[in-house]
Amino acid sequence: MKSSVIIFPGSNCDRDMDVALKKFGFKNQMVWHDNQEIPKSDLIVLPGGFSYGDYLRCGSIAAKSKIIKSVIEFANSGGLVLGICNGFQILTETGLLPGILLQNKYQKFICKNVHVKINDKENKYFKNIKKEILELHIAHNEGNYFCSDDEMKSLNDNNQIAVTYCNEKGKEDEKFNPNGALKNIAGIFSKKKNILGMMPHPERMIDKYLSSNDGNFFFENLFENLK
Amino acid sequence: MKVNEQIAIDHGLKKEEFNKICDLLKRTPNLTELGIFSAMWNEHCSYKSSRIHLKKLNTKGKKVIQGPGENAGVIDIEDGDAVVFKIESHNHPSFIEPYQGAATGVGGIMRDVFTMGARPIANLNSIHFGSPQHSRTKNLLRGVVKGIGGYGNCMGIPTIGGQTSFDESYNGNILVNAMTLGLVDKNKIFYSKATGINKPVVYVGSKTGRDGIHGASMASAIFDDKIEEKKPTVQVGDPFTEKLLLEACLELMAKKSIISIQDMGAAGLTSSSIEMASKGNLGIELNLNKVPCREEKMTPYEIMLSESQERMLIVLENGKEDEAKRIFDKWNLDFAIIGKTTDTRKIELFFDSNKVAEIPINILAENAPIYERKWKKTKLPQKIKFKKDDFKKLKITEVLKKILSLPNISSKEWIWQQYDHTVMGDTIQKPGSDAGVVRVHGTNKAIATSVDSSAVYCYAHPLTGGKQVVCESWRNLISCGSKPIAITNCLNFGNPEKEKNMGEFVECVEGINEASKFLDYPVVSGNVSFYNETKDKGIKPTPAIGGVGLIKNYKKMITMELKKNNNLILVVGKTEGHLDQSIFAINILNEKKGPPPEINLFNEKNNGETILKLMEEGLINSAHDVSLGGIITALSKMAIKGKKGFKLNNLRVLINKFDYYFGEDQGRYIIEIEAKNLPKVEKILKDNSVHYDDIGLVTENEIIVDKEPILHIDDLIKLNKSWLEDYMDK
Repeated sequence: MKSSVIIFPGSNCDRDMDVALKKFGFKNQMVWHDNQEIPKSDLIVLPGGFSYGDYLRCGSIAAKSKIIKSVIEFANSGGLVLGICNGFQILTETGLLPGILLQNKYQKFICKNVHVKINDKENKYFKNIKKEILELHIAHNEGNYFCSDDEMKSLNDNNQIAVTYCNEKGKEDEKFNPNGALKNIAGIFSKKKNILGMMPHPERMIDKYLSSNDGNFFFENLFENLK
Repeated sequence: MKVNEQIAIDHGLKKEEFNKICDLLKRTPNLTELGIFSAMWNEHCSYKSSRIHLKKLNTKGKKVIQGPGENAGVIDIEDGDAVVFKIESHNHPSFIEPYQGAATGVGGIMRDVFTMGARPIANLNSIHFGSPQHSRTKNLLRGVVKGIGGYGNCMGIPTIGGQTSFDESYNGNILVNAMTLGLVDKNKIFYSKATGINKPVVYVGSKTGRDGIHGASMASAIFDDKIEEKKPTVQVGDPFTEKLLLEACLELMAKKSIISIQDMGAAGLTSSSIEMASKGNLGIELNLNKVPCREEKMTPYEIMLSESQERMLIVLENGKEDEAKRIFDKWNLDFAIIGKTTDTRKIELFFDSNKVAEIPINILAENAPIYERKWKKTKLPQKIKFKKDDFKKLKITEVLKKILSLPNISSKEWIWQQYDHTVMGDTIQKPGSDAGVVRVHGTNKAIATSVDSSAVYCYAHPLTGGKQVVCESWRNLISCGSKPIAITNCLNFGNPEKEKNMGEFVECVEGINEASKFLDYPVVSGNVSFYNETKDKGIKPTPAIGGVGLIKNYKKMITMELKKNNNLILVVGKTEGHLDQSIFAINILNEKKGPPPEINLFNEKNNGETILKLMEEGLINSAHDVSLGGIITALSKMAIKGKKGFKLNNLRVLINKFDYYFGEDQGRYIIEIEAKNLPKVEKILKDNSVHYDDIGLVTENEIIVDKEPILHIDDLIKLNKSWLEDYMDK
């Protein structure tokens, strides 16, 4: 399996993602934002960070970068595109995913472990995954997912809500919502479910000496599903 | 403008200093030259009040690759790896503009580290604010935390530890000390010493603006009513550009083209160019028209004194200019050849084809004034005779509850949750522990690091306080199973022109030195911040010590949370019940006098090394050092982290239970061990002549004292966590 991680100026989870992908068997390559083309890949990842400084709306400049056309083409042809954190923000800015990530409700950067529930398993990302409630890590200032009523209806109708914030038992309550996201949304799919954007970082949770190793379930499973 | 004595004084120079400049130059300097002198000769850059005392510090050791005098210190962590680290203050700017002041403090210290070729792997900070009731405290705290997070988070470097305190002595002068650690190949360290003549001097990074002009001079002055006017001297940070600069510099460093590199920190282009030339015994010639500027019509004076951030000065090998330029172009950063090295041993500046300054380098560097300031010794205060009858009215439960919710004891989660502490995927011990721990990527090793200070002890008796901070740092590193290697210090003091403040400095440094020597825990880098004084009111002496230790196998790291029911709890080290200057005395009894706890360096070393032996044998399940608030506070924190309870045995000691549980005697640790291991543990402790008390055991969730359940762990967690959250958000 070949994966490509796109590096934008200001990306800072690119190495972490590279480490994680390789650990679970991917042949990963790093692709610089200034390139026009992406080498042949089974998966493209937009990593976390502060692309172009995020001085404008988060992800908005990356959504206009040279490489992004190829990402959009790849996605539109059914290719798998995964956006984590800033990558999720970029995906909403390109329009590949609906909605937007607003500033956290409490107006603070939040870095902590959270639990998320997998809401839909009929897709390449979560099919056959061995655990349905994952303990992952968030680290963001703009993770408060928001969309219009029409978009929300469409998300629901098409089972596009991928993961939602919950407690360790899977209870989705506003109490367990770290950033004020609508319906506790932590991540969503595109209609065809080939594109996944989510705020939590599975790549930071890949061995037991870190604060959780639930990221393993995610990557192991993704690799198996792509085989 | 013709320079005269008044103008020199307005630049922060003393009359005698101005006369000395005229004598050395054999003429009156022009304005640009005067600006350069004021930047190089202020306290912040010249260390003129502190230098003779800093010289005495213990800076050598088997593991020391580079001691003080470079951008940062470097230590050997084996296998060809080295750690570069330093702590630095950004106190004055953070009080004037908390967000930018703190942010650029973090940016500056990271540059110091990657200038040496190291990739930053961890940030820490030590921040001190006025009384929570003071009108400015809340906003300053909010701004500083946002600033630290804003910069470090964007850079993608985890902030893994720190320290926060509140004390009314910081009402008019907060302290913001930032520390960074970086990892480098031992054979690929870059230094600031320039060598070779006619080598291109290259400017890279952001453009130069008018921000921060005279920042270093501001940091060398006391505050008065007009501090708002100083806002323009605070620099503005751009972490995105610094991230690009980091990647570009490391990319260039991988090639063999850099002779010397220096970041433009305090006093910007002035100090960086002079430093490189001075260390290499060379001259330097700069054409200021070539400096990339972001504002129009900047004068040579402004260009030389700007403290715009995210800039570096590099001396390149001849012929490597194009290759270097390509890298900086790729990262969209400015790259300009602005001059060359010369054999004149002078700094010569040109602007619009005129020579605008010419100063022999040795005058600026070696001839900078050095002061042997007068200082006063602080006598050891008399011990307080506490009225033990008064203790009878107190209940352990109530005292413990009060202590755990005090501003200086309560959990600082509200702060560190705003710092990305897991990016880079190697953080194995997070903030809120004895030390933060990050793995050395791709190896079995890990680096433990913490930052400590004890202003209350240092104020009561600077000599003891200085020793104590070093010991506390050492204990924090031992507690997580690391071998302490070296320290960096940030010496925050009041006005050195006052004998009392100068005395506090001299004696704290002496204490630091004594402990550092005894523990073989050398000082490899540091920074001095004087003039932390507003309207005649100075801060308590606050030396902050950043310690770094090595864990050879991270799988053997120890954490502080209580682990398993019925495990035994031991206090290692002798408890005499020293209450003077303790949290208990100050906050419960309202007694602020008396000496700080005594430091016995022999016991300190012996106890620490014995703890490490126990850890090596795999006999310790959790460990935590005993500090503020004594045994019961330390144990409560272990319980809070592990969401466990504890049961205390009936005391088998001769002292009062308040003395025992709340005394702040030094050199002690609490360890959790399995009952079956007790004989082995006892043997090792006895063989090494280490005193210990078996005080109780771990329970599921109740805190039990004198056979009475006094608290549930959930209540304790809430108590400890809520003070700061309520203070900031309600």
